[in-house]
Amino acid sequence: MASTSKKWVLGIVVLAFVVPLLKPIFPDAISDYRLFLVSTMIIASIAVLGLNLLTGFNGQFSLGHGAFYAVGAYTAAVLMDQLSVPYWATIPAAAIVCFIVGYLFGLPALKLEGHYLALATFALALAVPQILKYKWLEGLTGGVQGIVLNKPEVPFGLPLSEDQWLYYFCLVVMVILFWAAANMLNSRSGRAMMAIRDQYMAADTMGIDTALYKTVTFGISAAYTGIAGALSASAIAFVAPDSFNIFLSIKFLIGLVVGGIGSLTGSVIGGIFYVLVDNSAQALSQFVKNDLGLPFDLSAYTVFGVLLIAIIYLMPMGIAGGLFMAWRKIRGAR
Amino acid sequence: MKTSRRGFVGGASALAVFSGTTAAFSQKKYSDGASDTEIKIGHTGPYSGPASSYGQIGKTLEAYWKSVNDAGGVKGRKIKFLTLDDGYNPAKIVELTRQLVEQEKVLCLFNTLGTANNTAIHRYMNQKKVPQLYVATGASKWGKPKEFPWTMGFQPDYHTEGVVYAKHILANVKDPKIGVLMQNDDYGKDYWEGFKEGLGKESGKVVKHVTFEVTDPTVDSQIIQLKDSGANVFFNIATPKAAAQAIRKAADIGWKPVQYLNNVSASVGSVMKPAGLENSQGIITAQYLKDPTDKQWENTDDFKAWVAWMDKWMPGANKADANHVFGFAVASLMHETLKKCGDELTRENVMRQAANFQKYKLPLLLPGITINTSPTDFYPIQSVQLARFKGESWDLFGDVMSAEGS
Repeated sequence: MASTSKKWVLGIVVLAFVVPLLKPIFPDAISDYRLFLVSTMIIASIAVLGLNLLTGFNGQFSLGHGAFYAVGAYTAAVLMDQLSVPYWATIPAAAIVCFIVGYLFGLPALKLEGHYLALATFALALAVPQILKYKWLEGLTGGVQGIVLNKPEVPFGLPLSEDQWLYYFCLVVMVILFWAAANMLNSRSGRAMMAIRDQYMAADTMGIDTALYKTVTFGISAAYTGIAGALSASAIAFVAPDSFNIFLSIKFLIGLVVGGIGSLTGSVIGGIFYVLVDNSAQALSQFVKNDLGLPFDLSAYTVFGVLLIAIIYLMPMGIAGGLFMAWRKIRGAR
Repeated sequence: MKTSRRGFVGGASALAVFSGTTAAFSQKKYSDGASDTEIKIGHTGPYSGPASSYGQIGKTLEAYWKSVNDAGGVKGRKIKFLTLDDGYNPAKIVELTRQLVEQEKVLCLFNTLGTANNTAIHRYMNQKKVPQLYVATGASKWGKPKEFPWTMGFQPDYHTEGVVYAKHILANVKDPKIGVLMQNDDYGKDYWEGFKEGLGKESGKVVKHVTFEVTDPTVDSQIIQLKDSGANVFFNIATPKAAAQAIRKAADIGWKPVQYLNNVSASVGSVMKPAGLENSQGIITAQYLKDPTDKQWENTDDFKAWVAWMDKWMPGANKADANHVFGFAVASLMHETLKKCGDELTRENVMRQAANFQKYKLPLLLPGITINTSPTDFYPIQSVQLARFKGESWDLFGDVMSAEGS
């Protein structure tokens, strides 16, 4: 099982690297816009993975990962804008800053469990956009106006478009981060994380330093989401407080639940799902109204909500879980 | 994937329209987004999220183009108006704009809403050389043809309006001591910068300047501070909710300065009435559009036409909502711009025509205010008229004031 899934992953990664190179052959199917869209999916996947490490593998709740995403994005933006740091160097910087912020937030969060932790993180997500507008920080953050950035340029004179390059950059970061997460989860530390999730008391009795593991996991989770934020700053080439409203945190949560809690594949599916459905919901509601001529003025969020409910009912374990069950059924039937 | 489906449907409907028209023998030139049968225009606005009340503008625009198509389109070409929900989120608008420009290949973007949102796509639109026309924000940065030749604003910018108030205060109030209430964001600051510029050397006349956040529940303490400063002039830079609270609080604590209220909040229905009509008497503002709740316009031709249009194309919509007036006016300007383009529907020509309005009378603008643009003037409306609140409506006074070329 393990070896076949490894082959699958390798195959998909190779495919992801090769397909964009076919752009000159299929200019319509592989357009710059689509590559950009896939890049945003990759970024969303990384952010969802960050949340998954915390919630799925360590059992701590967060309704506020949008805050870490914002911190990552602003760290990258301020470094590029004020100190002219190249975009690739902002990724580790954002990771470090977000790890520290997440770790520090994790310390008091130790005392909070379940709903209370969810509420505390929710407050964090509400506060961060306001803090970014604060007048003492305005010199750095640009206040409500935000910061306009340059898109990453293609290095070494490679014959790629900006969007192709951005795609590869995001893809490489994603592969590294997922590889690191998979290794961590397969290690002693990963097992300790999951032990804390499954049986807190037992883990404590076994000699696991639960406080340390919980805070460090919080830090790592924040760092992952922060890296996603930094990538988004480069991709969008603009940051403003309004980009990081509370809905962003909810979006990560939706991606997490729909993709599959406690599953690496689920994180990828969650990221893809969100971007795809968010866009299709609008197109679908317009299609119903304009092209079919039905008298429904469905808002995009109505369509989105209906889809969400349907998925949760049909696949309570998320899409990753649902696919896995379906696969087992097919094999069982044979 | 969904785009290809939508593209297919669009293509099919374009084909259906095409069969019904005859080609004329004249010089025709097209950019992406325009053809013999169709003109594609892109738009994004907040249909969801914190600013969704502005979504009414997008709905008005959509209804407007529907009514144009119903009447035969623009020179026989149907308008395909693609409007998407950006939720007032700058990250989202970048993605949607790329969808509109690169996948749908629209001729231009029109009336995209929000200062931060338009900032997010400003550079992109100018790199791609796609018009970003008549944006729905009053920031002063949309009229810079040298750096950004593909972007143009619409309404009078906040900066200019601030200058107008300052000049009026210096000319009319004896020994002014000015208190300023300012919303702490880019919009507030734009007004404030213009106001200071208008005061010039007299900027010492401002005795107190207090700020608030748009999320603050009240502005009570700020108004008390302003009263205690001994100010006899009050400049109210606030969005509707806070503006109404400020007017009411000033009356409650017996502070009776000469009041100036920014145009953003000059709505009878959503500010003056909640603040109390008795508290609002004598307040001065600057206007450029006809206020739909103002009875004095009821018998003017363009207003009557608008009411009839609303009844036919937006039945059930709240006619007191000034967003409908705004949407109708700005769509009329876009309509006229397309008509002027004739058969040369290129992006270059759209910008050329947009920058070539002389004293054009747009429906629903105040009498005497016209559209004026040129290759160096990308501010279509730069005139306002002062008005004083009297009884239940605004009483216009003085001349139309222009700041052309500022």
